[in-house]
Amino acid sequence: MTGRGSLRRAWLPLVGIATIAGSLGAAFAWSAGLVGDRITTSTFLADTPKSFPAGYRRAHGKGICFDGVFRASGAAASISTARVFSQAQTPAIGRFSIGTADPYAPDNSTRTVSMAMLIAADDGEQWRMKMNNEPLFATHDAEGFLARIAAFAPDPATGQPDPAKVAAFYRVYPEARRVIEAKAKAPWPSSFAGVHYYAIHAYLFVGPDGRRQPVRWWWRPHADFTGWSVEERAKANRDHLFKDIAERLAHGPLRWDLVLQLAEPGDPVDDPSQPWPATRRQIVGGTLEVTRVVDQAKGTCRDVNFDPTLVPKGMALTNDPVLAARGGIYAHSYNARLREIGYGRATDAVGRKDGR
Amino acid sequence: MTDRRHFNRLARVLHWAMAAAIFAMLFIGVGMMTSLTWRPALLDLHQPLGLAILLLVVVRLANRLRHGAPALPAETPRWQALAALGSHWMLYGLMVLIPLLGWGMRSAGGWPVRMIKGWNVPPIAPVDPTLYALLRDAHGILAWLLFAVVIAHLSAALLHGWVYRDGVFSSMTRSR
Repeated sequence: MTGRGSLRRAWLPLVGIATIAGSLGAAFAWSAGLVGDRITTSTFLADTPKSFPAGYRRAHGKGICFDGVFRASGAAASISTARVFSQAQTPAIGRFSIGTADPYAPDNSTRTVSMAMLIAADDGEQWRMKMNNEPLFATHDAEGFLARIAAFAPDPATGQPDPAKVAAFYRVYPEARRVIEAKAKAPWPSSFAGVHYYAIHAYLFVGPDGRRQPVRWWWRPHADFTGWSVEERAKANRDHLFKDIAERLAHGPLRWDLVLQLAEPGDPVDDPSQPWPATRRQIVGGTLEVTRVVDQAKGTCRDVNFDPTLVPKGMALTNDPVLAARGGIYAHSYNARLREIGYGRATDAVGRKDGR
Repeated sequence: MTDRRHFNRLARVLHWAMAAAIFAMLFIGVGMMTSLTWRPALLDLHQPLGLAILLLVVVRLANRLRHGAPALPAETPRWQALAALGSHWMLYGLMVLIPLLGWGMRSAGGWPVRMIKGWNVPPIAPVDPTLYALLRDAHGILAWLLFAVVIAHLSAALLHGWVYRDGVFSSMTRSR
């Protein structure tokens, strides 16, 4: 034992200890995204204004909850052991929404509509999902989403995107032309009912024999598609889609078939911007029956994060980088929103009219 | 306990195993809140590792309460002895609380708490947004506090090992 007087002479070990503690602290701060300028999942919510209405989702803020039931056809049980494909009926809760962040946006302000859903089977496994009316993601990675927003941001001088920035974006993400050009020509849905809702990302279905089959899936409506002409859209009620779905459900349930598209070797499984050949084998795994809608301030969907990275036993995630990024991005939106709801800061998002 | 200068073997094994697990866990925790790529895999690690830490700390606490800890050297200043005692019980408390808060917040959020695919532990809290927000915030804040206490603990241990050389560091590294 050298005694406590040694502290003064022990500058070298002290420097060593400070270096170790400092390095660990710096590594931790970097991992938490507090230092450095790398893109983290929080970066995707950086544009959310501080004045964002409390309690609403940071994306697709305007929506309506639905209740329904999924009835398995039995045909998918050979490619996935997930209980939902063998259980005769499984209750489903979900949400229809429009593709803008603003929870007060008029329905004729976007041609993107979405369905999200949670199916909880009787073995305790949950299948959470979110779908859009577009079959593909514009870019092969999540960073491309930020690059696209930056490239297409209106130039303050002209009010139009800067063509040089757009061209630079397409040089890095040439695949984005497919989705962006298709979207510009796509019809504007005038109802949630007749829309195909695509999962966009591929998943691995794990069969009883352990085989991992890459699958893309979408919900194919029984109802016919209805779209807006330019004139109809201009005159449309700001809540048209939400009134329409409630009216249709008052007359009876709406149904969608779950179409599973099976990849073949060589198909781009991890790239959500690339389609698979239309000739790929398809299986109808079951039918969703939506029976009623409930105001999102009161419905069971309000406090649910439809995190598409939560899949049941019998399914697994692909290495699609956009799918993985959604997990963290959705978690930040969910945590921010549940804090506002939980700590009593949300007003109309939870159906409170009096500001209390 | 007969040997008064060293922690017993079980305490030493648990200490070093849990040191590795907790360091990994802290980095997994902040990493899964930032990484674009690794969140699903990190979350799949975070939940079973958290439960493992909770189970191990119960064994560790029982061992500690039964066998005690070696006394600090007689010349240790009173403030240092108090800091050591306080930080050790804070570490134990956080090792119990943080996994329970994590389990509780996932329960309150309506999430399955998955150990391995197909095997979830039951919820320990009702589904409720206020409870979720409180437990989520407590989980995060206490994890940062744990990181700070772990770094202080490590620095103090190295001070004993490299500067004071008073047998405090070796009480956790050696049996003789």
